[in-house]
Amino acid sequence: MSDAVTPLLEVGNLKVNFHTPTGIVRAVRGLSFSLGRERLGIVGESGSGKSMTGRAILDLIPYPGEVLADRMLFRGEDLQTMPKAARRKLRGRRISMVMQDPKFSLNPVMTVGDQIAEAYRVHHRANAREARERTLAMLEAVQIREPERVYALYPHEVSGGMGQRVMIAMMLIAEPDILIADEPTSALDVTVQLQVLKILDDLVTSRGMGLIFISHDLHLVQSFCDRVIVMYGGKAMETMPALELADPSAMSRRHPYTLGLLGCLPELSNPKAKLSTLTRDPEWLA
Amino acid sequence: MARSSAPVTGPATVTSGPGPGRLARWGKMLSRELTTVAITMFGLLAITFLIARVIPIDPVLAVVGDNARPDVYEAARLALGLDKPLWQQFAIYVGKVFTGDLGTSILTAQPVISDIKRVFPATLELATLGTLVGITFGIPLGVLAAVKQGRWPDQLARFIGLFGYSIPIFWLGLMGLLLFYAKLGWVSGPGRISIAYQDFVTPVTGVILLDAAMQGEWDAFWNALSHLVLPSAVLGMFSLAYISRMTRSFMIAELQQQYVIAARVKGMSEARVIWRHALRNALVPLTTVIALSYANLLEGSVLTETIFAWPGLGRYITNGLLNADMNAVLGGTLVVGAIFIGVNLFADILGRIFDPRTR
Amino acid sequence: MGNWTAYLTTDAPASRRQARLGQAWRQWLTLKQNPLAIAGLVIVMSLLLIAAFAPFIAPFDPLAQNLDQRLMPPSAVNLFGTDSLGRDIFSRIVYGARVTLFIVLLVVVSVGPLGLLIGATSGYLGGWVDRALMRLTDVFLAFPRLVLALAFVAALGPGLENAVIAIAFTAWPPYARVARAETLVIRNADYIAAVRLQGASAWRIVLRHIIPMCLPSLIVRTTLDMAGIILTAAGLGFLGLGAQPPMPEWGAMISAGREQIFDQWWVATFPGLAICVVALGFNLLGDGLRDVMDAK
Ligand SMILES: Nc1ncnc2c1ncn2[C@@H]1O[C@H](COP(=O)(O)OP(=O)(O)OP(=O)(O)O)[C@@H](O)[C@H]1O
Ligand SMILES: [Mg+2]
Repeated sequence: MSDAVTPLLEVGNLKVNFHTPTGIVRAVRGLSFSLGRERLGIVGESGSGKSMTGRAILDLIPYPGEVLADRMLFRGEDLQTMPKAARRKLRGRRISMVMQDPKFSLNPVMTVGDQIAEAYRVHHRANAREARERTLAMLEAVQIREPERVYALYPHEVSGGMGQRVMIAMMLIAEPDILIADEPTSALDVTVQLQVLKILDDLVTSRGMGLIFISHDLHLVQSFCDRVIVMYGGKAMETMPALELADPSAMSRRHPYTLGLLGCLPELSNPKAKLSTLTRDPEWLA
Repeated sequence: MARSSAPVTGPATVTSGPGPGRLARWGKMLSRELTTVAITMFGLLAITFLIARVIPIDPVLAVVGDNARPDVYEAARLALGLDKPLWQQFAIYVGKVFTGDLGTSILTAQPVISDIKRVFPATLELATLGTLVGITFGIPLGVLAAVKQGRWPDQLARFIGLFGYSIPIFWLGLMGLLLFYAKLGWVSGPGRISIAYQDFVTPVTGVILLDAAMQGEWDAFWNALSHLVLPSAVLGMFSLAYISRMTRSFMIAELQQQYVIAARVKGMSEARVIWRHALRNALVPLTTVIALSYANLLEGSVLTETIFAWPGLGRYITNGLLNADMNAVLGGTLVVGAIFIGVNLFADILGRIFDPRTR
Repeated sequence: MGNWTAYLTTDAPASRRQARLGQAWRQWLTLKQNPLAIAGLVIVMSLLLIAAFAPFIAPFDPLAQNLDQRLMPPSAVNLFGTDSLGRDIFSRIVYGARVTLFIVLLVVVSVGPLGLLIGATSGYLGGWVDRALMRLTDVFLAFPRLVLALAFVAALGPGLENAVIAIAFTAWPPYARVARAETLVIRNADYIAAVRLQGASAWRIVLRHIIPMCLPSLIVRTTLDMAGIILTAAGLGFLGLGAQPPMPEWGAMISAGREQIFDQWWVATFPGLAICVVALGFNLLGDGLRDVMDAK
């Protein structure tokens, strides 16, 4: 899929440690992957370090966390030696992130339009009018019908689905190369989920971005992504093309944890009397 | 993988918005607030009325003098309505207060209401400047303390907070006079303005700084300012302690919110994230805090004005106290209480305006 | 000692008292970690000790005038100097600890129960009783405290006891608030329902079960409030409305030193420092206690 020689993002042996009073919490323990202009899914149960991976790439690990990696390259540029200010300039402009819950991820005292326009103006020289026009265009791009009206609404005045579309508009308006979508639809109800995913998908495809799609829903990832990383306890259990997940003949090659995740999901066509519980082997984390 | 690219036309739902609903909401909110204010005002009046009734001083003797003949005494008693049942007396009292009749001061032989009108601007000047000091230093300090939790700005804020809550204000004023006026000579001493300048400024608003500036009397202006600096700094210290402490805790709560992370993801500078996004949200509860601190400074001025011989409402009340001038004391109490209630109402409404969710 | 620790730290307390003592022990262990809170505790304990042993600590009679020795600066004999009547300021401050303690105790014993009773009743009974009592609380909360206390003292006449009554009258609402909030939580607890099923009366439930549960947060609240009470009392004393001369009350002592502030700075300075230290002690201790109790 990748059209350039250097991948968009290369991560080697990424570690995120939290130094807490009760000891070191190792949220991510040696994750490696590379991303081209493709859709990469990251799946895992709660607490497996998915969000921390995304935030480490953006240099947004909160205190008292630390990020260690052998390699972290954005288009061949070393992120680790880059000054803080330069990394901030990358945020939003080059690498962006759509967050889980639009209700809490939008500033409640600013109109949604102003929040989007602001994201444009940090990275582009533009006066207020230009920024406003860009914003309205972006609102249209996420299929909001009355952009003029929605521009002036406050976050509490929009529904969850619309909030998430605003969020997508806000994170894409500066036209980043990479978008990290951290469970972008898990706070929405099912029908809205599909609409929002569709919009996200179209924008990512038409702009040729690289997408890191984080989810705990293996089936969703399987249908939405090109490649999938299965994470457990901060480590990658395995990485595989998404198509293989739907391929029964490839099942013998699957990691037991992946099989467990697949088994956890009830299927309408093949209902089980009892759902198997996930088995976890401490060996996996060795 | 096949993907259709037909646009999804999701319904752009709006859960609530501007419109006629807002007017009704505001109407309801206002009427509720005003009911609360009315009840509190009623309580205030009841308490001052009861205090006036339990005083061992005979109000009739205060009018007619100690050696009045019994018939004069009786006539005065009737004139004061003291023969009527208590609730009627209370009704009369409330009626009088609402027409602005707070009785006559024994000390000045003037109606209390006109005395208060005369002295109030001095207190207003002091409390306003004190609050300004508290806001300009307290908010940045509180924000820094929240951002640098556990580091020196936080320790400084903690230190100031603890001392602000532990120092007697009148003592701090005395120490300030001792150091900055007597020893260092940086500021002027007690009083609002030196006698030499007193006649240069004609009271118009009653706020000396404004009057002097409007009349172009700049020497008088600077003189008045050098008198004002110390007392307002002393008051401001308390406002600062309170405001910085509350700012810190509101900001800590805001900085943990998801929208702060989202702002950082957008690439906003840390300064903008803190001062524009987080602080703007913290300002909603802070308006109430600032209003409360303003009202508290009106009270703090009672002691401060005594130290600095500041001719304001606080000193008027304490003078009344020391001279058994009950009308002056209760009138002053009533006015301070009413301002308290008014400021709280104002803060409530302002907070609602700052918060689009309740607007 | 070992026996005691085992008794206190057991996972299976045999009695309610053991459980309660065990929890207090664990809280004390946490409090011990906080040096500022311990500093506060030391200050408060010192206040108690100084008040108790004032006659042994003070080198002079706090009321003994010595007009030859008026306004002497601090020296080896008169540690903090003497005042305008030649009295030893250090001795007066030492005895002043008794006055401060007296005010503090009196306010606590009057405000605590009043607020507790109003709050617990309001929270437990609910309905119109709750609404009426809370309105009353709001009315009192809406008042400027010092000014209201001033008006009360004006009506009752100056004096230490009246000052205490005035302070108590203005200080109870926050306690009622805290007690009510706690009660609302406890009221719906299962064990209260169990007690009610056994046929206990509302009064009995409030007095025997609810009020004891409210006590910890009220203790924290009281400690934090103490500094404010001391400052208000000192303010009243300073205005000549609290303790009357020649009683060695710190606020009144500052007031007495006011005239000489520019020439004999020590007369007003030391009593003020004493107020600061004691108020700071209560604030530090209260802060520490709040952290410990919140962590439960
Ligand atoms: N501030 C912190 N201090 C200590 N540990 C932390 C902190 N923040 C996160 N962690 C740890 O990092 C681990 C990974 O967290 P992360 O948010 O990446 O999980 P996740 O895979 O995104 O889970 P979810 O599906 O619930 O979002 C968690 O197990 C958590 O314990
Ligand atoms: Mg997550």
